[in-house]
Amino acid sequence: MPSEKKQCEHYAKFCAALEKNENFQKFKAYAEKILGLGNNSLEKTIAIAVALCLVCAVLVSFAAVALKPLQVNNKELDMKKNILDVAGLLEAGSDIDAAFADKIESKIVDLETGDYVDSINAASYDQRKAAKDPAQSVAIPKDKDIAHIRVKAKYAKVFLVKEAGAIKSIILPINGYGLWSTLYGFLSVDADGQTVQSINFYDQAETPGLGGEVVNPNWRALWKGKKIYAETDQPSLEKGLITEADIGEPALSLIKGVVDSSKPGSQYQVDGLAGATLTSTGVTNLVRYWTSKEGFAPYLRKVRSVKGAKS
Amino acid sequence: MSAVVETSIINDETKKVLVEPLVTNNPITLQVLGICSALAVTSQMSTSLIMALALTLVTAFSSAAISAIRNHIPSSIRIIVQMTIIASLVIVVDQILKAFAYDVSKQLSVFVGLIITNCIVMGRAEGYAMKNPPLESFIDGIGNGLGYSLILIIVAFFRETLGSGKLLGIEIFKLTKDGGWYDPNGLMLLPPSAFFIIGLIIWGVRQWKPNQVEKADFKILSISHGEGGHH
Repeated sequence: MPSEKKQCEHYAKFCAALEKNENFQKFKAYAEKILGLGNNSLEKTIAIAVALCLVCAVLVSFAAVALKPLQVNNKELDMKKNILDVAGLLEAGSDIDAAFADKIESKIVDLETGDYVDSINAASYDQRKAAKDPAQSVAIPKDKDIAHIRVKAKYAKVFLVKEAGAIKSIILPINGYGLWSTLYGFLSVDADGQTVQSINFYDQAETPGLGGEVVNPNWRALWKGKKIYAETDQPSLEKGLITEADIGEPALSLIKGVVDSSKPGSQYQVDGLAGATLTSTGVTNLVRYWTSKEGFAPYLRKVRSVKGAKS
Repeated sequence: MSAVVETSIINDETKKVLVEPLVTNNPITLQVLGICSALAVTSQMSTSLIMALALTLVTAFSSAAISAIRNHIPSSIRIIVQMTIIASLVIVVDQILKAFAYDVSKQLSVFVGLIITNCIVMGRAEGYAMKNPPLESFIDGIGNGLGYSLILIIVAFFRETLGSGKLLGIEIFKLTKDGGWYDPNGLMLLPPSAFFIIGLIIWGVRQWKPNQVEKADFKILSISHGEGGHH
């Protein structure tokens, strides 16, 4: 192995140079002196503490830096997986990157006006990063901040699933505070901007087994077909064509216990998480926040009007 | 002293250090340490296995590292030195899990970080590694890690099969909601069920090895006749 031999030579040279170095000699002498001291001397205590911290810091930072690319990659893949999952397009064993590129279209939406923004590259835009950048975000007034997130990005990144040119579902990024953590997730809505298809959370640190059950597929399945906004009794609803006058304020909420589907209003209710009242309240608030005028209500209204015009 | 274990391991210190923590000196059932994570991660076998592996590695390497410098650790900052080493190793393990087993690390969430506070790691560092050479300490760490793993695997086996009818995600009992016969026991998915299972294991082990039964702290005196009793 010539390269190995070369490395060995390099190492030997390095060691020889080190032996000659005056500072290294001083360091070596100091280290020997320290190790020779009694264990309870003040100097040794401080020297050992500093040396240990240095070694541990190098170990930890090496692991963090060396593994960062893999972790970032994992996170991205996981995000794509969650988007496919909430769109109902996730197939076990399929290539996630390919399926994502094939079926999902990312779009940037101006939250205030509800219009698409084409000047920003949707592929590279990171909404979570933008929310932390004062230039790209807005502070939320305290009385409106029911999701307790304090700031939101001006532009949101939504994902569209299209079938034969028409929008099949709209995937909205949502986030808000639960009990311990900010929950990040997606809400998938029908093209009518009113009916929920699915919800999921890809980043949360709620109590495992209680609030952490927000990721439980059985609970998430309860969301399908629920209505986001309070509807009036207009006949236009039955035709599947919802006009603006029929749409009220966000009404969807988690309730304590199990939803009785025979009662009126049950289309706005989802079972709360047992033993996790605060997480349930948090989920209600964050869904309401992001479907309100502060969130995606202007955008969803535009989506509906486009659809209404077409049909 | 238990006769069964003693005869099979004759004066072989290393082997004893490795095997003893499995039953005779199990960190969970005898020392009752590390209970919190045993309750939290055992609702599924896959998370239990990863947790067991992570804890075993951390215990072994931290014990070895602490033992290597044990003669130079100032006694006044002993515990902090141990904690620093343990915490660094746990962060490294957490980073590795996030890079190579992302889904599992998401499920384990805070519990990997909480290995730092797991009493088994600290207990072995303070109780064994501070007085013994690195290799023995390393093996002691592996042994105690395996003792912990054994209990975790037993608990996870019962919780996952009875709670969700599966093992490692593979269907064992067909659930009624899928048209099968088994109605899953929801309690098994909640942390208290691990208390019951660990309690039963402790009872079983102490029936088998009565020398593990602790001596009563006090004895209830029988009331002697003639004093204050009615006739």
